[in-house]
Amino acid sequence: MADYRAGTPEQAAFLAELVERRLLLATSVPGLYGRGAAFEQVFERVSELVTRAGAAESPEQMRFPPLLPRHDLETVGYLKSFPHLAGSIFAFDGNEDQAGEQYERACKHEDWSEFQAMTELVLTPAACYPVYPQIASRGKLAPGGVTVDAGSAYVFRHEPSGDPARMQMFHQREIVRIGAPDAVVAWRNLWRERAISLLRGVGLDAEFAVASDPFFGRAGRMLAASQREQELKFEVVVPIAGPEPTAVASFNYHQDHFTTAYRIEFAGGAVAHTACLGFGVERITLALFRAHGLDSQTWPLQVRSQLWAA
Amino acid sequence: MNTEIRKLIADHARLAVDVSSLADDASLYEAGMTSHATVNLMLALEASFDVEFPDSMLKRSVFESVATIAAALGELQQA
Repeated sequence: MADYRAGTPEQAAFLAELVERRLLLATSVPGLYGRGAAFEQVFERVSELVTRAGAAESPEQMRFPPLLPRHDLETVGYLKSFPHLAGSIFAFDGNEDQAGEQYERACKHEDWSEFQAMTELVLTPAACYPVYPQIASRGKLAPGGVTVDAGSAYVFRHEPSGDPARMQMFHQREIVRIGAPDAVVAWRNLWRERAISLLRGVGLDAEFAVASDPFFGRAGRMLAASQREQELKFEVVVPIAGPEPTAVASFNYHQDHFTTAYRIEFAGGAVAHTACLGFGVERITLALFRAHGLDSQTWPLQVRSQLWAA
Repeated sequence: MNTEIRKLIADHARLAVDVSSLADDASLYEAGMTSHATVNLMLALEASFDVEFPDSMLKRSVFESVATIAAALGELQQA
């Protein structure tokens, strides 16, 4: 079971304010929130801001539910790198007596997991994951590769926390580039610049940081060090609540990780690489409320005109 | 020691070329070793030589070549 990480006093106070104003709707589980109308309105504008920024590339549009075939999670090695964050779907598997026993235990809020069996589904941990098998299923890549806008999709990370910016389920606004290695790197670098100006344009104090994923265990420390040394992951960080600025967007160069797993290649056998960028839509929304106040009607005109443009 | 290191590289590093064609100081990364393969090699080296790499050694440069791996193992075995 993942341990609950308490928020700092500043994070706890910010969360209390958000709940008080009904921007976030608290549930009985830390990190699981509903969203009120005022939050949702800004949330949708943030997502739209990213759509506008990427429109010139005319990416192919794909949308997926927040569930992934378990086989795909296994194929990309997620359970090796992030066993601590994964969520798998289990469902009832038993007879009538067992169903009765399960119900009795559930009524008392006791453990009823023994009546559950693994299904073929897991919760999607990253919004780009469903894209790779789709592209692989089409056969060889066309020259120039492909850019896919995977929309704003719910993803799950099992890390209960008192920090309102660390939700267990949240939206990643993801765009994926699959192509020749140099084209993929150039695309990622272009978006890194674009993201900074996008976020500064709405009044956020956005900065770059070389980053690493929260890989698990000792092997994970090695992977994280390697990721940093090769500068495979960049983040844009902004202050939300707490001692350190929070990552609100990430730019990830996977090299051949996904193309090897799914055998994605160009006609003629040339190697393809992938990169993705993900904006944390709830985090950017929270950063805006933090920077400009909890009533979006009173935000600076310049910020409002960027968000509510077109 | 280098013979054993080379055997582990052949088994775990998934190089694009035959490890016997590489000099002791040739870059394994340039020969196609990925980050995930490096982790597998690191764990195999620990099991085979009965050592544990400290956090300070969990970085790319330590696993760059047969020579750098031998140097790191030598350091650990002396300690």
